[in-house]
Formats: sequence, C-alpha cells, structure tokens
Amino acid sequence: MAKILMKGNEAVAEAAIRSGCRLYFAYPITPQSELIEYMAKMMPKVGGTFLQAESEVAAINMVYGAAGAGKRVMTSSSSPGISLKQEGISYIAGAELPAVIVNVQRGGPGLGDIQPAQADYFQAVKGGGHGDYHLIVLAPNSVQEFADMASDAFDLADKYRNPVMILSDGMLGQMMEPVEFKPAKTQEEINTLGEQHTAWCICPNADGDAKHHHEINSLELDPSVLEKHVNHMYEKYAVVEKNEVRCETYNVSDDNEVLCVAWGSASRIVKSAINELKKEGKSVGLIRPITLWPYPYEAIVKAIGPKVRQVYVFELNTGQMLDDVKIAVEGRVPVKFWGKVGGIVFTPAEIQEKLEACF
Amino acid sequence: MEVIARRPETLTKTPFTYCPGCLHGVAHRLIAEAIEENGLINQMAGVAPVGCSVFAYKFFNFDMAEAAHGRAPAVATGMKRARPDMHVFTYQGDGDLAAIGTAEIVHAANRGEKLSVFFVNNAIYGMTGGQMAPTTLPDMKTTTSPYGRNVEDIGYPIRMCELLSTLVAPYYVERVSLLSPAEIIKAKKAVGKAIQYNRENRGFTFIEFVSTCPTNWGIDPVKSRDWARDNMLPFFKVGCFRDKGEENVQGVEK
Amino acid sequence: MTTEMICAGFGGQGVLTIGKFIAQSGMKEGKNVSWLPSYGPEMRGGTANVSTVVSDEPIASPIVSFPDILVALNQPSIDKFAPSVRKGGVVIMNTNMCPHGCPREDVDLVAAPMSDIALEIGSMMVLNMLAIGIVIGKTGLIKYETMEEDLNSFLKAKNPDLLEKNLAAIKRGIEIGQKHE
Repeated sequence: MAKILMKGNEAVAEAAIRSGCRLYFAYPITPQSELIEYMAKMMPKVGGTFLQAESEVAAINMVYGAAGAGKRVMTSSSSPGISLKQEGISYIAGAELPAVIVNVQRGGPGLGDIQPAQADYFQAVKGGGHGDYHLIVLAPNSVQEFADMASDAFDLADKYRNPVMILSDGMLGQMMEPVEFKPAKTQEEINTLGEQHTAWCICPNADGDAKHHHEINSLELDPSVLEKHVNHMYEKYAVVEKNEVRCETYNVSDDNEVLCVAWGSASRIVKSAINELKKEGKSVGLIRPITLWPYPYEAIVKAIGPKVRQVYVFELNTGQMLDDVKIAVEGRVPVKFWGKVGGIVFTPAEIQEKLEACF
Repeated sequence: MEVIARRPETLTKTPFTYCPGCLHGVAHRLIAEAIEENGLINQMAGVAPVGCSVFAYKFFNFDMAEAAHGRAPAVATGMKRARPDMHVFTYQGDGDLAAIGTAEIVHAANRGEKLSVFFVNNAIYGMTGGQMAPTTLPDMKTTTSPYGRNVEDIGYPIRMCELLSTLVAPYYVERVSLLSPAEIIKAKKAVGKAIQYNRENRGFTFIEFVSTCPTNWGIDPVKSRDWARDNMLPFFKVGCFRDKGEENVQGVEK
Repeated sequence: MTTEMICAGFGGQGVLTIGKFIAQSGMKEGKNVSWLPSYGPEMRGGTANVSTVVSDEPIASPIVSFPDILVALNQPSIDKFAPSVRKGGVVIMNTNMCPHGCPREDVDLVAAPMSDIALEIGSMMVLNMLAIGIVIGKTGLIKYETMEEDLNSFLKAKNPDLLEKNLAAIKRGIEIGQKHE
C-alpha cells in the first residue's frame, strides 16, 4: 500500500479501525480533535459505533461496558480529559478488561495549555487511578509508530485483559508524516475477535447453559478474596514485564561518552542533536523506551558503554522519567536531567548545547 | 403437587442480603419475573450500582456488570452498543442516579438508548448509613441533614420522572410505588411493559419505584410504608409520564 | 540531503497548505518528510506557521530551528523567523505585506509583490500556490510535475477553474524563482 501523508491523530484512528475496533467513545478536547473527528466520519462507514459522550467520565464508562461485552473498544483524550477518565481506568484494570486509551498530551497542570508536553508520565506509568494496577504504556515517536501501536495496543489488551495506553503528545497528534497502514482486518477476522472473550464477557447465552452467569466487576468486600485478585493481577504483570519490554537504541556504541535517555517526541529532538555532535566527532548514544511500562531497566544498563561518564535524561516535563532511569543505572554513572515545561518543545540546538557541556 | 409460587429462573439461589422490610427484594423479583416472562434470560444483562443493591449482580441469574457510582447508564450504553442483540437494564438508587450520576442518566435518556432503567427512590442513602439524598423530602432528617432538609439552603427534592419527561427521546417513563400488594401488582405491570419494550428495542424506558428504608428512616417496616404514603407520594406522584406505545397518555408524542 | 523550511503568514493565507503540498510532493518523490504546524488559537487571525522537512535521510527532529528556506507572507513572519534562517538560506518575502523588509544581508532574498500577483492571476486563494512555485523555481526542492499531478487528482473534476488558476500561479512563481537564481 502506498504511503499517505497524515496527521498522527488521524493515523492512529485509521489504524484502530483497521485493527478491528468498531466502538469508540470520547469527548472533544484539543489537541486530539482530529482523532474524534476522524472516528465520527469513518465509524459509520464501517458499520461501527461512534458516540460523542456527555463527558470523559461517561466515555470511559462506555468503554468499560463495551470492553465488558468483549469487543475491541477505544477512547481518546488529552491530559485534563485523561485525568477525568482515571476512575474508569482503575475499574477497567480491576475488572481485567481489554481497552485502548490514547492520550495526546498537552501542558499542565490544571487547564495548562494546548501545546505538546510529556507531563503525564507519572499519571500513565505510576498509577493515575486508585489501587494497585498497571497500564501497559506505549510511547510512539513518529506518526508511523503511532499508527502501528494501535494494533499492538489492541493485541496486548486482548492478550493480557488489561487496559493499554498510547501516550502521545500534541506534536505527534498534529504533525503529518508519511504512514503505511497494515491491511485492514476482514469482517470474518473482526467477528472472530469479537467472540474471543465469550468465556467471561457479557454475551448472549447462546446454548442456554444453565451455569452461564458472567460478572464484570472489581468489587470484592472480602479482603482475602481481593488480596488473591490483586496478587493474580501482579502475576500477570510479571509476565508482561518479562515479555513485552520494548526500546530503541540510536548510535549506541562502546565509543559513547554520554548516553541519553528520552521518549516520545523528545527523542526525535535528541536524535538531531546527536547527529550534529557526530559531525564534531563526539559520540553520544540514545536509548528510547518504547514501552514506558513495562520499563526497559535492563536495556538501559546494557546500553551504558565503557566510556560513558554521563547519563542524560531529556523530557518535556520536570523529570518524571528520571527516577526510573536512576533505578536502572543504580549509581554506576551520574544521571542528569534537563527538560522544558509549559508546552514548549526544546530545540535540537538546545540539546546540543547541553550535551556539548559534557565533553 | 401444584406449584403456586417459585423462584424465577432469572434469580440465583443466593439469598437476598437486604434489611428486614426492605423493598429491594420486591423490585428485584418484579424485574426477574418480567425478564423470565419475556423469555429473555439468555439475552439479558444488567448493570448494578454502588449503593445497597451493589450486590445485585449476585442475585440476578444472567450476565451482570458492576458500575462505578452513577455511571451505570454509560456502562449500559457501552454494553448495548457493543452487543445490540443483548437486552440491557440498569438498577439504580437515588444517590447513584439523581446526584452523582445525573449527567449519565439525562444523556442516556436524551439519546434514547435502548435500555431499561429501574430507579429505586427511598429518599435516603442506605448503604453509607442514612445520609441525605437528592430525593430527601423537605424538613426530613438524615445523618447529613440532622436538623431537617432546609430547602432554602440545599434546595428541593429532584423529581426524576418529571425531569426526564421533558426530553423528547424517552419512550416510556412511569412512577410506581411498592407500598402495598395492590401497588406492587400495578408496579409489576409497569415493569413488564418496560421489559417488553426493551425486548422490542423500542427505546429508553424508565421506571421509578417509590420505596422505603425502614433501617435508616428508623421506622418499623409496616409503619414505614404508611410514612412513605403520607410523605413521599404527595411529592412523588405515581403515574405514567410518557408512553409512546399507548395513546392518550399525558406527554406522549406520537 | 535535508532541507528544512518554515512557512509563515496570517491565518487564512494558506501557509499550512504550502507546507502540506511540499511535504506531499516530497513524499511522492520518495523522500522522507515531516509537517509540523503551529496550532491553537493562533490558527485564526494571528500568525500561523508550519515547519516542513524534506530529506533523503530519516528525519530526526521535525522542529526547525534554523530554516534553509523561509516563506514569509507577512511582516510578523519576517520579524519572527528571518533572524534564524541559515546563512546563505533562502527567504521568500511577500513585499505587499512586509513594509519593513528583511533585515538580513547574508541570505538569498526573493522579494515579490505576491498578493498583487495572486490577484492578477485571479484570486487571493492562489497566493500559496504562487509561493510553492517560487520555492520550486528557486530551490528545486520538489518537481512541478508532482505538484501538477497532485492538484489534478483532487481538483480536475471538482473545480477545473481553480485548478487552472493554481497551475498558472505555480508557473508564475517558478518564473519568479528562476529569475532570482
């Protein structure tokens, strides 16, 4: 299939539809408007459901209902709207339902602004809602990857019966890049996907089984039962941590004197700076976590070359990933952070300057 | 031996855990019977609320989901949209439906979602211990209105049937009471009609039960019914507010 | 090779479209491209701008700090972006809306009364096509044929009159661009 020039917001929506998503519930917010508008336009054409909910709270609960009925379902929003969804996300995780949530991040806290930011790392990776649970968090850094992650997200959600968040930002949502889509799932494949969870989901009792009584629930008032349930979830998370860690290395070699860690949009800017430094004969590597949970702790350790004297974390926030990098590095090398906030994206020149100061 | 009464198959064998004199059991049974009579046991799904009936998913013998407080209509919307071949209802109390979940109920009704909503109004929060509800009557004492509901300060009770019947989409809206056998028989008719309309995917159906809470009202079960009759029914008048399936019903749009 | 471009002007002048067509044509010619708009309230009324990158290499940062090409359709765009244009870079300036001119001596300046020319061709709507033409004539960043094919594909049936005007504007722009070479 030929490449199409598309905004990230539209590409992820198209890819979700191609992945068999036929249910989408959301509430408008900038800078993810193109996503909800694309769904509004395309869902009726494929016989799917597009519903503009009365609030983000309602939208995530519609997702809970549809996921409880075992179907591929998605919602999207931007930072303040994702905060509103946290109650529902906790319930979805607690009830072990597969769902995909896209966050096109903007500057915060509060209403903040509508420019790109990465300030929802803690919210996505360290909790967000109440209780012991994890989201699987995927962080794209290009329009192509944003699109590809839609199908990955649905597969992971179905595989582990857990909500998956794609943590993007206003830059990736708004920018256009060429994107090549995977072939769309056929109606037959979609039908099969729609029935993959009938052992536990809300569904017709087709053969009139007298024992058919499926419950979608996160309530357990007996502490010992709840304990067992949470432990079961964490056994599942251990498997996710073992199998699903993803990261990218860029210019990582034994010559590196500095190793950068950056994710999402920020990593693109860091790459440009690394390219410039290369021309000056200065060797800097980059490791980019693609899954923010599970986090690539071991890969970071492996990427630290023998000459590395500085690990440098760059983010569009105040250093929310820094703790995870420090946990990985365990004091082997000094870890430093620099970032921009308020929806300001740092420039390659700024990163270059920071890195040059390490030589 | 002739069977004159039995548990409908739409109820599990789990005994109800409600307080003595509570009418949740009656409401559950009316709904369960209507589902059985409509032959929907294998296509039915319910959404239970946060409140006294939080364990409703243990009592109904078909698929059930537990929703967050107030969100049942949104959850039911997602379920019905995902599986249009299923028939879905929510079961909600007054705090759940008329306070924290006001947006969800109004918009599900306004979209004309093909759901049934069963709303139990007993003018108080039961599960959390007798706090003031949006339907608590003027001057009525609760643990959070210890001097009586002051309407100058906190406003008047919300009449949900009246509110929802201002919308165009709802198909059937009726308020019934559960205070005597005769009223329960009337209520059974209304519930049956709601479930029948649900089976036929006609649109949004809403039944409000005027009910009691002997425990939190601090009145014995029999007297609590008299209290409800004397105090609730004048404010929450029973009757049909909308029935697009019948002619000559007030507010009907044909 | 990597070419980084910023197009800027008032909202409504079609600057985002300039970047989009160039990115699209670049893509069709087998290059890597990115298109990053300013967005938000300044989309309407204020100054809109878009960073476009066309490259033989994979594109790292889509953010352009030091453009090789600046298309400035109004004075605020010159004031904001001209100082950061790379030495020897190209500045395409609409003199009708840039009364104070361009302060840089060390760039290749193509100054033309672009608004007047667009009206002469028949519509202010073709101002952006004129700009694309100048980019093509001056830098050869993309090919005219790719643009023509692109415009044909969605305008030929829908609005043949606008198509003709657009193509005329691009051709006129190419002439202007080539004259300055």
